[in-house]
Amino acid sequence: MTADGRRSWRRPPLIADRRLRWLIYGGGLIYLVLALATLEVNWLRAWEGLGRGWAFVQSFLRPDFASRGPDILNGIIESLTMTVTATVAGMLVSVPIGIGAARNLVARPIYLLCRGIVALARALPEVIVAIFFVAMFGFGPFAGFLTLTFNTIGFVAKLLAEAIENVEHAQVEAIRATGASWAQLLNYAIQPQVMPRLIGLGLYRLDINFRESAVIGIVGAGGIGATLETALDRYEYDTAAAILLVIVGIVTLAESVSSHLRRWVQ
Amino acid sequence: MNRTPALRIADLVKRYRTGEEALKGVSLAVAPGEIVGVIGPSGAGKSTLIRCINRLVEPTSGRVFLGDLELTALSGRALRRARRRIGMIFQEFALVERLTVMENVLSGRLGYVSFWQSFTRRFPPADIERAFALLERVGLIEHADKRADALSGGQRQRVGIARALAQEPDLLLIDEPTAALDPKTARQIMRLICEICRERRLPAIINIHDVVLAQQFVERIVGLRAGTIVFDGPIEALDDAALTRIYGEEDWTTVRQRAAAGRAWALDAERLEGFAE
Repeated sequence: MTADGRRSWRRPPLIADRRLRWLIYGGGLIYLVLALATLEVNWLRAWEGLGRGWAFVQSFLRPDFASRGPDILNGIIESLTMTVTATVAGMLVSVPIGIGAARNLVARPIYLLCRGIVALARALPEVIVAIFFVAMFGFGPFAGFLTLTFNTIGFVAKLLAEAIENVEHAQVEAIRATGASWAQLLNYAIQPQVMPRLIGLGLYRLDINFRESAVIGIVGAGGIGATLETALDRYEYDTAAAILLVIVGIVTLAESVSSHLRRWVQ
Repeated sequence: MNRTPALRIADLVKRYRTGEEALKGVSLAVAPGEIVGVIGPSGAGKSTLIRCINRLVEPTSGRVFLGDLELTALSGRALRRARRRIGMIFQEFALVERLTVMENVLSGRLGYVSFWQSFTRRFPPADIERAFALLERVGLIEHADKRADALSGGQRQRVGIARALAQEPDLLLIDEPTAALDPKTARQIMRLICEICRERRLPAIINIHDVVLAQQFVERIVGLRAGTIVFDGPIEALDDAALTRIYGEEDWTTVRQRAAAGRAWALDAERLEGFAE
């Protein structure tokens, strides 16, 4: 109680011990300052780079779609093909793995195996996987297709498994009580609950895969990324700008279409 | 008359992994066509009890017989075959919300059809006919193709009843059928369930925490407290002493007066039906 007899109240701090609290906050701050100090920024180089950056930006103001038109078109078609095939193939493989990775549906060994596959597919970044497949199957869209498929599995299977683990248990119990088999349980109690989520994931992954196809193309996995890489190598910034604008256009379109579709399936 | 009870439970014990003992040796027999109301405070083990019967919850020890069949000895396919003889009705309805009303009713047949038949929704004509008849019986025939989540609470519970009956069960397990409903709908649903059970001479165990409602609709009451049966007898024998044994000290006279008033109110409500709908 304070002097005037009123009671005071303050929200209890996250870390109750006052000394520990100061140690953690203070330590974090000191670390941040020291870490920033170790970054060696070459300001002179940065100053020179400004000019080059500006040239890059300026070329966006006059993108050149025409002189490499056919290459851009081919690249886009290749990327779209890669994207669609990889998404479909990835979804087909993801569904059984996702079901296997749901703790509430399968025996423990299967769960661990599928979780392992998911963890592996998620741990490896796209570019590393792409380099690996390019080394294995050579340059071109097949390596890109495999890369995108692999990463789709990690993404969709994990989120599908989570969706399955979070279904309403009462509905599962009710179907189980009718004497349904495991497959019927999946079809009647699980599928209706996770289907909108699965469709949403597929559409979302479709637009992620298109964006990724541009990135992995740079390391040789075909598609629009390869065209972009060529243009940058030749310092054809105006062509590169045209390619980037096309990518931005398609990604924006894909995103708005997929978000509409996702809202519709809910 | 056949003297074998429809259901016999012997020394049923359920200990959860947390160490909590939900059932401490429950024994109970239900005669053919008998409706038993199980009352008791929250956490007394009512839900666990009925889930141990169809083995949605695995009992720790004890035996359960459906007629002559020992349910506690079954596993795999045999257990699924036994489960289809036991219909279950749930507190929050537990319909598959994104399926249509008809699909929900037909899901009661899952134990009888092949995966392929159920996957393609091509159920045998007799099953479809039965499903339509049940929807007529519960008054939802015009809602057959609606999604289950488009219905009101009372309508959903009617679908739940139709699904359980689609199994052509030999026993109904009913878990707090009215807990999610308003008082008037609760009475209508209880009346419907009890009517159907009597029509079909279907034995049933109804978990219900509303003593007043239980007294209106069932003849035999089992009182469960902390996993033990502390009362088992006809509704007339459920006096203040018995209620105190089940629930602990409370002013039961007032509750009884309310029960009497509730009965009068229910009669009124029946008269006003249609007006309120």
